[in-house]
Amino acid sequence: MTAIAWQRRRATAARFWADFRSHRSALIGLGILVFFGLVAVFASVLADPAGLDVTKATAPAHAAPSADHWLGTDQNGRSVLTLLVHGTRVSLIVGLAATAIAIVIGTVVGVMAGFYGGWARSTLMGFTDWFLVIPFLPLAIVMATVLGASLLNIVIVIGVTSWPGTARLVCAQTLSVRERPYMERARALGGGDWHQMTRHILPNVMPLVLAHVVLTVSVAILSETTLSFLGLGDPTRPSWGYILDNAYGTGAMSNGEWWFVLPPGLCVVLVVLAFTLVGRALEVVLNPRLREGS
Amino acid sequence: MRGYVLKKVGWSIGTLLFVVVFNFFLFRLLPGDPIGLYTRGRNMSPEQLIRLRQQLNRPVGEQFVEYLANPFASAINSTRFNRPVWEIIGERVWPTVLLVGTAVLVAALAGVWLGIRSGWRRGSRFDRITTGTTNTLYAMPEFWVGMMLIMWLPFFPSGGINSVGVSGFFATSVDTLWHMVLPVTALAIVYLAEYTSIMRASLVDELRQDYLTLARAKGLREDLVRRRHAVPNALLPTMTLIFLNLGFVIGGAITVEYVFSWPGLGLLTAEALRGPDIPLLQAVFLLFSLGVIVFTLLADLLYAVLDPRVSSR
Repeated sequence: MTAIAWQRRRATAARFWADFRSHRSALIGLGILVFFGLVAVFASVLADPAGLDVTKATAPAHAAPSADHWLGTDQNGRSVLTLLVHGTRVSLIVGLAATAIAIVIGTVVGVMAGFYGGWARSTLMGFTDWFLVIPFLPLAIVMATVLGASLLNIVIVIGVTSWPGTARLVCAQTLSVRERPYMERARALGGGDWHQMTRHILPNVMPLVLAHVVLTVSVAILSETTLSFLGLGDPTRPSWGYILDNAYGTGAMSNGEWWFVLPPGLCVVLVVLAFTLVGRALEVVLNPRLREGS
Repeated sequence: MRGYVLKKVGWSIGTLLFVVVFNFFLFRLLPGDPIGLYTRGRNMSPEQLIRLRQQLNRPVGEQFVEYLANPFASAINSTRFNRPVWEIIGERVWPTVLLVGTAVLVAALAGVWLGIRSGWRRGSRFDRITTGTTNTLYAMPEFWVGMMLIMWLPFFPSGGINSVGVSGFFATSVDTLWHMVLPVTALAIVYLAEYTSIMRASLVDELRQDYLTLARAKGLREDLVRRRHAVPNALLPTMTLIFLNLGFVIGGAITVEYVFSWPGLGLLTAEALRGPDIPLLQAVFLLFSLGVIVFTLLADLLYAVLDPRVSSR
């Protein structure tokens, strides 16, 4: 790559950052994400993983917050804070990994449909529409039941059920990119289908997909919480939804154990909200047409 | 118009077929011995087991044709309740319709009102507060909202549809309403966020239209411009989206019904999970998909009736 290209890219990145920075809510969201990201990375440093082991829990069950256990304990005497810290890791991993699957499927389907057009497009988009119709949560529940409870299966279930939106977006964008003059130039110079798709279409579709990715992560995290709450998560890898499932199952609400119910939900809200804020801002920055009141 | 209707109905039928096929083969992927899954917790004689095994040992194609002939066959028994699945589902439909219908109605009315107010004065303080709140509400898992409500409002009943020992039509109805307060609130809070943002977005879309300038040029008061011109047009896509959402909303009530032990389809799904009760799960899933297809079709037709431009395109 030539120096000029890099210079141009640096300039674009700087402009992008300046644009992004002008959205105050997006910066708040980014801050929240960095915080939870750090918690997830340093989970084992912040809270001893041995605290997750039911057999090693020595504290009384359902204990109120104290100096030893800042957020009290669960029904097995484990510290809720320890569960929360390690749950961050699970929730973020599932959210990101499921989104990665969804984006790959969605992008492949969308680019193929948009690029080849004709019957390929009708078939692929018809298939996508069908998937859009199947109610998401029941499908995820059925698949999780069929596949069995494990972290990988949850990732697969959420990933496989959330790609149709991406496919539609990518297909629409591909259709508009395909008609541009530089595509004709690429064809005239003898570029094959693969070259055109990977070198010309993908780079032009990706910016829009990026904003969509961030929004998909928030949905994926919410889905993970819901599935774990219904007892479909991996019981050996506690997530926020798993903590809520335990709180519900052991009657934490009727006993007024706010430390057991409030924090996991609050974490979900903060992370999902942060992803939403960042995603919305990215949409506006990358797609100026969405800017309101111009 | 006729071509449009035919096209939409045709699409719905195609989708329905896809869902039925999908529903059949998805459950063939189950790991383990299907006999064990289908008969768990039931006393069955060896002859019955042999008959069931013979049934399942037939070629998949043959079984598929049989399923296709009547996916709502009443002969299929739930493994948990040991009764025909469609009979159980029939009992559970009405509580869900009552709960979800009320929540959607409340949320739609409030959401449209909030959306109009914040969209019309876009960027105002009210708009900023509403948008911020909506984003936050949207990020909340609805079952968590339900759990918080139970914890902080203990004077409301925390579960079920009726208290024990209440009799008489009037007393029962009041009691049911009393039980509905918390679940409806939990559901409505989450839907409210969605409807507000939809209404706000469609109103903002209308703001730049020429006919509003014309209405102002005629000398109409700002209030009338909004009420007579902008809002009716913005309501169009909003109503369609709300209708379209109805199909998905039923699936979304699963966790709330579970938290409040509301004896509807959602709780039934959650109960079918702990087992798992495969025949019941299969039937419930088919019903949910069917609901979405029907409401999608209705929304498409409704939109065409309300906005003739759609079908003439």
